[in-house]
Amino acid sequence: MAKVVEEKRVVTIVFAGDSGDGIQLTGTQFTNTSALFGNDVSTFPNYPAEIRAPQGTVAGVSGFQLQFGSVEVYTAGDICDVLVAMNAAAFKVNLPRLKKSGTIIINTDGFNAKDLRLAGYESSPLEDKSLEDYRTISIDVTKLTAAALVDSGLGKKEVERSRNMFVLGFLYYMYNREIAPTEKFIKEKFAKAPHLIDANIKVLKAGYNFGDTSETFTSRYNVKAAKLPVGTYRNIMGNQATALGLVAASQKAGLDLFYGSYPITPASDILHELSKHKNFGVKTFQAEDEIAAVCSTIGASFGGELGVTASSGPGIALKGEAIGLAVMLELPMVVINVQRGGPSTGLPTKTEQADLMQAMYGRNGEAPMPVISASSPSDCFDAAFEACRIAIEHMTPVFFLSDGYMANGSEPWKFPTTDELKEIKVVHAKERKQDDPEFLPYKRDERLVREWALPGTKGLEHRIGGIEKEWDTGNISYNPENHERMVKVRAAKVARIADSIPLQTIDSGADSGKVLVLGWGSTYGVIKTALKECLEEGLEVSHAHLRYIEPFPKNLGEIIKKFDKVLIPEMNNGQLVKIIRDKFLVDAKGLNKIKGIPFSTPEIVLAIKELAHA
Amino acid sequence: MTTDTAEIKLTPKDFTTDQEVRWCPGCGDYSILKQVQSILPETGVNKEDIVFISGIGCSSRFPYYMDTFGMHSIHGRATAVASGLKIARPELSVWVITGDGDSLSIGGNHLIHTIRRNFNMNILLFNNEIYGLTKGQYSPTSPEGKVTKSTPMGSLDHPFNPMALCLGADATFIARAMDRDVKHLREVLVRANDHIGTSLLEIYQNCNVFNDGAFEIYTDKGSKKEEALFLEEGQPLVFGNDDNKGILLDNGTPKVVRLDDGMYTKEDLWIHDSSDKHKAYLLTTFFDNPSLEGHMPRPFGVFYAQDRFRYEEAMYQQLDLAVERKGEGNLDKLLRGENTWTVS
Repeated sequence: MAKVVEEKRVVTIVFAGDSGDGIQLTGTQFTNTSALFGNDVSTFPNYPAEIRAPQGTVAGVSGFQLQFGSVEVYTAGDICDVLVAMNAAAFKVNLPRLKKSGTIIINTDGFNAKDLRLAGYESSPLEDKSLEDYRTISIDVTKLTAAALVDSGLGKKEVERSRNMFVLGFLYYMYNREIAPTEKFIKEKFAKAPHLIDANIKVLKAGYNFGDTSETFTSRYNVKAAKLPVGTYRNIMGNQATALGLVAASQKAGLDLFYGSYPITPASDILHELSKHKNFGVKTFQAEDEIAAVCSTIGASFGGELGVTASSGPGIALKGEAIGLAVMLELPMVVINVQRGGPSTGLPTKTEQADLMQAMYGRNGEAPMPVISASSPSDCFDAAFEACRIAIEHMTPVFFLSDGYMANGSEPWKFPTTDELKEIKVVHAKERKQDDPEFLPYKRDERLVREWALPGTKGLEHRIGGIEKEWDTGNISYNPENHERMVKVRAAKVARIADSIPLQTIDSGADSGKVLVLGWGSTYGVIKTALKECLEEGLEVSHAHLRYIEPFPKNLGEIIKKFDKVLIPEMNNGQLVKIIRDKFLVDAKGLNKIKGIPFSTPEIVLAIKELAHA
Repeated sequence: MTTDTAEIKLTPKDFTTDQEVRWCPGCGDYSILKQVQSILPETGVNKEDIVFISGIGCSSRFPYYMDTFGMHSIHGRATAVASGLKIARPELSVWVITGDGDSLSIGGNHLIHTIRRNFNMNILLFNNEIYGLTKGQYSPTSPEGKVTKSTPMGSLDHPFNPMALCLGADATFIARAMDRDVKHLREVLVRANDHIGTSLLEIYQNCNVFNDGAFEIYTDKGSKKEEALFLEEGQPLVFGNDDNKGILLDNGTPKVVRLDDGMYTKEDLWIHDSSDKHKAYLLTTFFDNPSLEGHMPRPFGVFYAQDRFRYEEAMYQQLDLAVERKGEGNLDKLLRGENTWTVS
């Protein structure tokens, strides 16, 4: 039967199943295919900390939410159009995200008595009247997958592992997508196991054909390519963009990249990505612990490389003392924190912005450091690059804050060419001849920056260390006046970075008005989306988003003054809001969410309206 | 690297800084500093290619007194800093200066991991069996029952055996020396420097303020011959006044025998072979409390030396291999990735 094709502007799908069901892979494939087709996309993977959490339970549900559209999308969507539920638990957890009249695609095999019991249902929700509000498509995916693979000779487990491909194929049909990109992916992924290539492609096609031949729906959907700014795009995840930003900075600076790290969620993917790029001279060192990771990085920086270390909150806490050492040594280093829910182990796989204070003040003594932040997955590239630039040009460790949401999320990226990237100027202290004046390791230029003196350079032999240094010479000094002077000069050096960073701009809205929404980090997309809605309604509201948190752009105070009220949404209990109040003596209001999940657009819109009408 | 200075012969004085040495008068560290400064000119390495890295503690002030590159890092982490430096700059001559608290307590983890990776560096572990800079608490090498400021009723800790620990971590070079036998210290320092890989040299160092005489039994003329066993390559294990004792292997078990009663001659003894790991393990067990009856003498010298690949060399081989396989990195290609689409 020929099916009607219905046009859609934006669609939000959530794929959900057991954490072993291949949900993340399915979601990523649908995302990549949609991006390649030209849609704007934004994703939100949401999975448990356990690799194989208790099967079939609510705790073990892995989800992947994706918004794609023919218009620009800035979040993974607030409310879903389609829920794909591989079992009862996944259904239970995600049904509240589905809009009324939304579509539920159900794997009926995941709703047997045991599944229902594990999910905490007394009777099958599929028989409940409340489901009449939705359009339910029930498919026995397990049975159909097995049927497609009946001659494959694969065991039960391998067959079950291919079920996700059936669902993917089905959705490709539903949304009028090509299966070719996924076919290509399967061929690469299983290059060493050809029998799995055939099986997975077979199931993918079976799912697609099932959509076509079964009388499941009368219409297919079409989401046209988005009118993104002209250019060439690729899809990219945040951690991947961070890794590429580091490689790009090392190439532009002409330095080898040293990456010292210890595995931790959600930062490890940066290590995985970088370890693929050894042909760029990238040296990845998986150290014995977080402390060795940062200390080896300091050693590499002392040796003249671009030293980068990364972790998440708990690991950053362990690195604290060594980061303070880097502040004292005044060596370039980038410290990446892919933030997750805290404190302690907290919520390892969930997102939060609760380490801003740690980045700003989490060291003993007066140890100021520049802090910069990315605002979306692709923006991680620019932020990582900029962190490296500041570290090298200002001889200081720099904090780069990412978070779990942007690190694992993905979006289209209009990638730059090498020529479009900023230059990074590396200055090394020069060799001394016999009659040259004595080398002073802590002599500073007009920006208060000392010289990078590499071992192996004649006449520059010198000692640095964690004990307070004497002005210019760097020798040990316990002199009281000297200590105060050195503490102040280290702070002034960081403050002067404000002279070389761009001024703050307004992202949307007017330059002045009633409410300024001031954000930082991965809340960018949701604030932007909320602003669009509010501006359409005629509210006097504007949005500014910070890349530079320490030091702030020079004009931030002036911008803030032009608004009656300031709203600061953060996925924490109020951190930037404290800093803004402290620096600018303004009665900024916090909007705080500490649930391990990003804000939804209505939450922001509501807070804006409340403040605007207060 | 410039070679024009290589012809100018450096002297120990060239390695001395203008900084006032601030160890307590009579500290064993002075002797070690002097011996290190005296062997460096002989290594033929240019001053600017030498880096001393230390942690925290009395010994860790060492880099300030060496006119080379140096970093006084943080407690326990010198080996980790040195590891990163070796990866970045494998051609540098890197020396780690550390103490028993620094490397065996707070930095124990980094020590064992550095050793197993076998970076080409020299680790000088100044062991004085006490925390000196914090004014006299027991350390991980203090003997059981040690009365210190933090253990007025005696320490409950069983001490580390540093040689056994490091060999257990698959060290490729372990040796022991003492501050008061400068000739021997010098020889072992040279051998440690010559070894390509991580050289772990434990140096018994007297803290005359908080733990005076901890090693006197090995350094005092009256007891040294009886208590210290000097290992010499290819030579039998002989010790005692007038060299009247030796050690032989009796079915694999070390046994002290007399050489002056006609029962045994030097031909019967265990011949020292630093390439023999089994013998090295046995030597590390010569760690008895010297007050116990029938204890073995404490060995000094090179216990074990073996050639094994260095982490940093393996890393550079991998980098070369990556270029061979994929070609020199092309940034534009990398940024572009595999799958792109164009909006026009």
